[in-house]
Amino acid sequence: MNRFSGSHTSRNLRNGLLFVSPWVIGFLLFTAYPIVASFYYSFTEFNILRPPEWIGLLGYEDLLFYDPLFWISIKNTLFMLVFSLPPSLLLALALATLLNQDIRGKALFRTVFYLPSILPAVATAMLWMWIFNPQYGLLNSILTMLFGIEGPGWLVDPRWSKPAFVVMGMWGVGGTMVIFLAGLQGIPKQLYESEEIDGANPWTQFWRVTFPMLSPTLFFNLVMGIIGLFQYFTAPYIMTRGVGSNVPPGSPLNSTLFYALYLFQNAFAYFKMGYASAMAWILFVLIVLATLVVFKSSARWVYYEGQ
Amino acid sequence: MSVHTGSVEWFKRKGIVYIALCLLGAAFILPFFWLVSTSLKPDAQLFKFPPIWIPNPIKWSNYPDALNYIPFGLYLGNTLAIAIPATLGVMVSSSVVAYGFSRIDWPGRDVVFFVLVCTMMLPYQVTMIPLFLVFRNLGWVGTFKPLIIPAFFGAPFSIFLLRQFYMTLPMELSDAARIDGCSEFGIYGRIILPLSKPALATVGLFSFMGHWNDFMAPLIYLEDDAKYTLALGLQQFQRQFGMEWGMLMATSVVISVPIIVLFFLTQKTFIQGIALTGMKG
Repeated sequence: MNRFSGSHTSRNLRNGLLFVSPWVIGFLLFTAYPIVASFYYSFTEFNILRPPEWIGLLGYEDLLFYDPLFWISIKNTLFMLVFSLPPSLLLALALATLLNQDIRGKALFRTVFYLPSILPAVATAMLWMWIFNPQYGLLNSILTMLFGIEGPGWLVDPRWSKPAFVVMGMWGVGGTMVIFLAGLQGIPKQLYESEEIDGANPWTQFWRVTFPMLSPTLFFNLVMGIIGLFQYFTAPYIMTRGVGSNVPPGSPLNSTLFYALYLFQNAFAYFKMGYASAMAWILFVLIVLATLVVFKSSARWVYYEGQ
Repeated sequence: MSVHTGSVEWFKRKGIVYIALCLLGAAFILPFFWLVSTSLKPDAQLFKFPPIWIPNPIKWSNYPDALNYIPFGLYLGNTLAIAIPATLGVMVSSSVVAYGFSRIDWPGRDVVFFVLVCTMMLPYQVTMIPLFLVFRNLGWVGTFKPLIIPAFFGAPFSIFLLRQFYMTLPMELSDAARIDGCSEFGIYGRIILPLSKPALATVGLFSFMGHWNDFMAPLIYLEDDAKYTLALGLQQFQRQFGMEWGMLMATSVVISVPIIVLFFLTQKTFIQGIALTGMKG
């Protein structure tokens, strides 16, 4: 095509590398090196004050066989994956489906559903601490007024503290909803029209057209949701410590000690940097495994156009 | 379209949608209402059942009181001193890098880009500890530097978003300029950059909000409370004055308002930006 294609390519290579160099340098300094270093630290005992001391797999052994808090944090995180992620995705999908209808006031409703998800996590956390107040909070007041039930203690009751985060999570589904909405809007209208001629009801239409066409978006949101929950930190960190006292986050009775929270405590409260690094690598492996499972199963339920 | 839109038919098609939207909408608005209502309540009206929805009298002084309790001006200044340079850094560096990933065809480009996409999946926790140690050895812990300087090396999410946008611009624009003898930086600066203002604005917006809302990084790196950001300062305030719900809600409103205002000013850009991130690369 080009007589000077050799010099052309090398010029492109030079220019291309020049343009991407800020990221490449940043990647080497702030990502690649830390990955290697944290892998090394995970085999050491390291409290910052003294240089890291090689202990091989001992840290991993401690975590897996001798640390009950590690398993509690895994259980707490699994609870959220099972009981928070599916209903959140379902609500986000339901909201997106409603907003995708031909209705008035669409922009207003969209704003109402979306706004909570972009508020500062600190503000949201403080608001929900007050909403979950057992005696005077909004939630229990409403439960009493509407149903005559005396609501649970939420954040102060170890049986209800995780469900509290499930409830709060429902308020923050706006971002997921907008991605679903974009997916819905990408479905060609003709597909529905031909279904309507066939006389399919909305339910059949949903399963025959919407679900297959939306499955890549659902896949994306599912994976992002899993990754997000494994790293769930700010809200529980703020909301689960007794007020004014030095109760460690994850209270009551470690019922909200989520994985990322326990990792952070190990690193920056107990300064067990090697131990926390081992936790970080287990986290990484868990995320990769979970993503692979979803990815493997996706062959059965995710439909890509052109296949 | 059916000609006879009987009211029963209408109800079955649209009425249910409106009812569902209104009920869900009310459920989503209620916490906002509770936030604002509490922020204007005198203490005596906080602990009441049934709850008082509209405070009487309205206690505006919760706002000045709360802002005087915490060194609000100082925290606001700190937050902006981090968020503004970091946002500018992300915008400048990410757009240059995104150009290299989309408008120049060089061997190995897609492999390197794949690495970039992979880093978006990497949990922060994996790099958190060595990064902290590096910044500690540099003597940067306790300063704003760890929160600002990495932004100048491009943020993967922003690079990704801008790259998607640059790909949509016709290549002929660049080819024509190349024939005219324009350098690659000339094409970037004079042609592509002016065309990408909306995408750049989206990136700037997300980045600013990210830094405004950020809690974990300031928590790790800032030690002295004179250096605290609003998010961090607020949390400390909550630790000290846990039961002062009126003032706590007032500060929550104050920290949220800029985000809400920004959202309303830039709604279109915003929603499009979110949607773009969900598309296939």
